[in-house]
Amino acid sequence: MNSNALKRTWREIITPQNNIFSLNLKEIWHYRDLLFILVRRDILAVYKQTILGPLWFFLQPLLTTITFVIVFARVGKMYSSDLPPILFYLSGLVLWSYFSECILRTSTFFKDNNPILSKVYFPRLIVPLSLILTNLVKLSIQLAVFIMVYLYFVITSSSVAPNVYALLFPLLIALIAGLGLGAGMIISSMTTRYKDLSHLTTFGVQLLMFVSPVIFPMSNYINSKYKLLIMANPMTGIIEAFRYGFLGKSHGFFSWGLLGYDALCVIAFLFLGILSFNAVEKTFIDSI
Amino acid sequence: MKSDIISVEGISKMYRLGEISTGTLSHDLNRWWNRIRGKQDPFESLAEANLRHTKGQSDYVWSLKDVSFSVAEGEVFGIVGKNGAGKSTLLKILSKITKPSKGCIKLDGRVASLLEVGTGFHPDLSGRENVFLNGAILGMRKHEIKSRFDEIVDFSGIERYIDTPVKRYSSGMYVRLAFAVAAHLQPEILIIDEVLAVGDAEFQKKCLGKMQDVSRRQGRTVLFVSHNIVAVKNLCNRVMLLEHGQSRLIGSVDKVLEEYQASEKDQEQGVRHNPPVDTACSFLEWYLEDQSAADRHSCFTRENFTIVFLLRSREVLPNCELNLRISLEDSSTVLFANSKDFGGQTFTLHPGDYQLRFHLNLPVSKGRYNIEAGLFCQEWVDIWRSSTRLSVLDTFEGPDREREGILNIRTQFSLQTLSRPIEIDQL
Repeated sequence: MNSNALKRTWREIITPQNNIFSLNLKEIWHYRDLLFILVRRDILAVYKQTILGPLWFFLQPLLTTITFVIVFARVGKMYSSDLPPILFYLSGLVLWSYFSECILRTSTFFKDNNPILSKVYFPRLIVPLSLILTNLVKLSIQLAVFIMVYLYFVITSSSVAPNVYALLFPLLIALIAGLGLGAGMIISSMTTRYKDLSHLTTFGVQLLMFVSPVIFPMSNYINSKYKLLIMANPMTGIIEAFRYGFLGKSHGFFSWGLLGYDALCVIAFLFLGILSFNAVEKTFIDSI
Repeated sequence: MKSDIISVEGISKMYRLGEISTGTLSHDLNRWWNRIRGKQDPFESLAEANLRHTKGQSDYVWSLKDVSFSVAEGEVFGIVGKNGAGKSTLLKILSKITKPSKGCIKLDGRVASLLEVGTGFHPDLSGRENVFLNGAILGMRKHEIKSRFDEIVDFSGIERYIDTPVKRYSSGMYVRLAFAVAAHLQPEILIIDEVLAVGDAEFQKKCLGKMQDVSRRQGRTVLFVSHNIVAVKNLCNRVMLLEHGQSRLIGSVDKVLEEYQASEKDQEQGVRHNPPVDTACSFLEWYLEDQSAADRHSCFTRENFTIVFLLRSREVLPNCELNLRISLEDSSTVLFANSKDFGGQTFTLHPGDYQLRFHLNLPVSKGRYNIEAGLFCQEWVDIWRSSTRLSVLDTFEGPDREREGILNIRTQFSLQTLSRPIEIDQL
């Protein structure tokens, strides 16, 4: 009987040790339905009981873009390109808002979902993944807005010159998602113990936008001492590559080197993110 | 013999008390430094047992300390204990919400835990959408939920509102729907934490019935934590008593529940402290009548007196049997009486307040006796062991000295001289 008990294989063993490199993809696969139900919930819940409903997904980037056009191009007169400013700002903002939404939502997910997470177990990674996917749905709606505006200008304006690099677009989106997920997981893991960080995050992401080509094109910085600083932001290469492909070679900056650097950043962030996430995943509930 | 499906080996959990503030970082660094040198966590030795009332020296406490037990397949294992005994912590570790500080747990089956009903219900979504959401959170696949959807709605009894957002539900409807989802989970191991404390008596009965069904007919293992002694008694095969984070006793239901109730202090004076309000009927108070002692909870040995129980019924309960148990301090029973004994009867209760009178005399030694009343109507409806004890006083008709033995019956001795000597065989 006793030797029998020793030989026996248990389906699951819970110990104090963490396996910080494991992703447990098999378990995540089992819960894939939950992933999609959570995405559905988040999309539905946003516009339930609003009059304009899903229209808000359209309006949000449009209104911000118009604000940027007025503030920076018309009033500030800080825009000097033959490209229609609305295309310039919209392209940057759509990508940037995907990045910032991913990072901000992921960074607070332990806190936001505390009522569920403290009562039931499922692979915790499901939640950040669902946030990335939810935002991807929003992004595709916003991209549709961009495409409509874009097609209008392709027909009417001669300055827009799309080229084959536009096909890199899925890769660019994947890079942003990885960046947002990785950085968000690092921040969320750290904020479970050190709450001060959550105040820094919103502020930090906002600040980061000014160190990116969302407001001024990369070409503005070519001879500036801030060039390296701007290039160090992994979003720079992505946004510039997007503009390079869609808007024309003179309206963006592209190099495989910079894109390679961005990819390395994404891998590093994801790696560190998973590491820190696994370290707190099983105890965060005690400190939150 | 069935094999173990859960084996818990020396589980401990340390918590830090108070606010997490500037000390956190330095403690974390200290801990990390010790860990990379392969040493023990320096704060573990500082941690104290979990006593709520006394102010401790250390910021660290053991919420659970060295708890071990195992549960066999198909068994319903109960966990009882007062608030803060570590019940919820244990369940959280078992359901993988948090990890233990020490020890390990081996499981051989899919676990579903119900630490709350309706986890993840979104108020803006309809009942239907929430069934899918909640089911998925509890680990069900979409097609599993789909195939049981009609059963779930049927069990909840709220077909009419299934497409209404749940924020429009009454709290009862909300709980019904939530429990219905959980009841249709099909895990090998089901962990349940006092979720039955909600809903009306009828629905509670349905839930208990469903849980019995799950364990007895489907052969699943259930871990059940509750303050509700009646539910534990009706459901469980074995029970563990947790006290200050330690396992004090594991054993049969009756043995552990007696121990658990005996550990409560007497502050009641015969009036039940926090009587259950969600059972079909509950005992509220007891006192003595027709006795010659002045105190309402004392009587003299051998005298005829009446024990009066006040009880409140909330439902129609046909053919109830009433029970009275009088036991010694070590819980050995002195008397167990049933209302059907000696050609007695059963009673039918209607909603309202009643006075129940037991007529008896107690020819026992002086001392303090536990008194317990129970109401049985197909199953146990309420059991109350008062923390106030019945004091039996001596009449001191004989010489004033401590008597031995339980019985104190009037005895008479007489001595007679024999006319013939007793023949003794001398070999």
